[in-house]
Amino acid sequence: MNGHARLLRRRLVVTLAVLALALVVAGLAAGSEGWSPASLWGPDAPLIVGQIRAPRTLGAWLVGALLGLAGAVAQGLFRNPLADPYLLGAASGATLAVVLGLAAQAMAGHYISLATASLLSSAGLVLGAFLGALGGVLLTLLLSRGAQHTTRLLLAGVVVGVVLGAASDLVTNVAPDALRGKQWFMLGSTSFLGWQSVLLLGAGVLVCVPLAWRLARALDALTLGTDSALSLGLALPRLRLVLVVVLALATGLAVAQSGLIAFVGLVAPHLVRRFAPSAQGYLLVVSALMGGTLLLAADVLARLLIAPQELPVGVLTALLGGGYLLWLLHRRGIE
Amino acid sequence: MRITRWLVSLLLALAAFQAAAAGVSLKDDRGRTLQLAAPPQRVVSLLPSLTESLCALGGCPRLVGTDRYSNSPPEVVALPKLGGIDDAQVERIVALKPDVVLAATSARIIERLESLGVKVIVVESKTHADVQRSLNTLAQLLGTPERAAPVWERIQREMGEAAARVPPQLRGQRVYFEVDASPYAAGPGSFIGETLVRLGLANIVAPELGPFPKLNPEYVLRAQPDILVGAQRNVGEMPGRPGWSALRAVQRQRICGFDPAHYEVLIRPGPRMGEAALQLADCLAALR
Repeated sequence: MNGHARLLRRRLVVTLAVLALALVVAGLAAGSEGWSPASLWGPDAPLIVGQIRAPRTLGAWLVGALLGLAGAVAQGLFRNPLADPYLLGAASGATLAVVLGLAAQAMAGHYISLATASLLSSAGLVLGAFLGALGGVLLTLLLSRGAQHTTRLLLAGVVVGVVLGAASDLVTNVAPDALRGKQWFMLGSTSFLGWQSVLLLGAGVLVCVPLAWRLARALDALTLGTDSALSLGLALPRLRLVLVVVLALATGLAVAQSGLIAFVGLVAPHLVRRFAPSAQGYLLVVSALMGGTLLLAADVLARLLIAPQELPVGVLTALLGGGYLLWLLHRRGIE
Repeated sequence: MRITRWLVSLLLALAAFQAAAAGVSLKDDRGRTLQLAAPPQRVVSLLPSLTESLCALGGCPRLVGTDRYSNSPPEVVALPKLGGIDDAQVERIVALKPDVVLAATSARIIERLESLGVKVIVVESKTHADVQRSLNTLAQLLGTPERAAPVWERIQREMGEAAARVPPQLRGQRVYFEVDASPYAAGPGSFIGETLVRLGLANIVAPELGPFPKLNPEYVLRAQPDILVGAQRNVGEMPGRPGWSALRAVQRQRICGFDPAHYEVLIRPGPRMGEAALQLADCLAALR
């Protein structure tokens, strides 16, 4: 291991940590009336800052961290830099569940029984989206008969995405009322995150990051190819399955709390690889740091740019992430 | 003398107690009972039709903020706009310290606001009966239950007046009311469909298709509606849709198109439903 690379890696971690801390402070001071540090000491501070801005700020970081981690896992698992957390049916499954929850009332009596409708709407959109995301991945796993062949897994994921996407289109066709809600879910939003969301997301990060770290060796072996990995004595099918579970759990938790936030999962590992090339363990953990910092930055910007109105944070991540990828392609083209 | 003074003060105290105890307890459309110590003085509405209903009941001065689409009556235009119902701004709503927030079901904002201790009343308006019920709920909420009936009666009076303005030869004619160019139609079960029935008109959409069904454009062609109704922008392009120039209603120009300001009145289930019926009747009366 050479010293320069180690320095780069350490510098990236420190930079990300400092940035995240600064952004947390900014997130506490950025409110509906724009930049307002004075509100931190106002009489409303316990409610406005303590109950709204603080959980939203931490929640945005945690959602970003889960997406960054899931993106790194997906890219390692498929050995493809274009893989993202939504590849295995989690996004389409969650969307279908949300649309069903939204349309339950309109469809009650017409297309589904009243009992089913009340079950769907009582489950709540957050739990529904989480279960939908896991259901989507499970369906993908069933169709690909496990995780031993990544190509099959990828194809099954694409098929599940298309089919479940069509199913939610079918539901909105019958109940157009659900269209607006679906659109906002697909855009993603951090504005409804409360302390309960933070607890759930935090628990998710505490479970997923160490688990992914332990599996990093398998991903390292995979980068050498399946045969080399097998020759190293790794139980590949089982390890792949656990990786898919981590991917599903991280993505499901993030998506359930804040919708389909675009590009964070795709871009975070790229940025880490660009600034500090490294083995998979470092990449996984620092991608989580990177994802958290990215989404938090986008969230603070979304609150400030057109205050007192607010931009949908998903629009910002898509613009920034897409812009970065374009720039990357452009640079590659020149080189 | 002393005893009278004492009695008077006792009576005053009792009256004050009575006023304080005149809390509000009502059931919203989720079936949830809501208790308020007193009629709310600060209200946020997240739906244009609820904003209009509240104002029609005299509650406009109590509004402290609305969603971005609420634009009627004119008093509400200057109020803080707090986003749409699916992307409402939690922090701004809470900072306004509302006693109650009015919303429709299926809004994620409801859970979040309730976890922050804000009271939310869910009101659904899909049919005429819903509008009547929601007027009652809101009037009760404002502590002025007697105000609901006059508003509803005005709507009914305007509906009757509108029905009388529809030329007799148009009775029973079949209408295609387009709510979206995809195309989505207003079925007989929707509040728009109910208004058409009040005006003595028939609908090309069968009731079992639901309130706002998505149709195949061919369905409209086969049904050969006698009259087309919709937003000006949409009805204006109807002759250009494949095959639609064969519609008799298009050939005979039996089309009612409304500019955005008037169309908005037609598609809001609230106190302006009577006005909507009058608009429709006037357009129908102007058809040859």
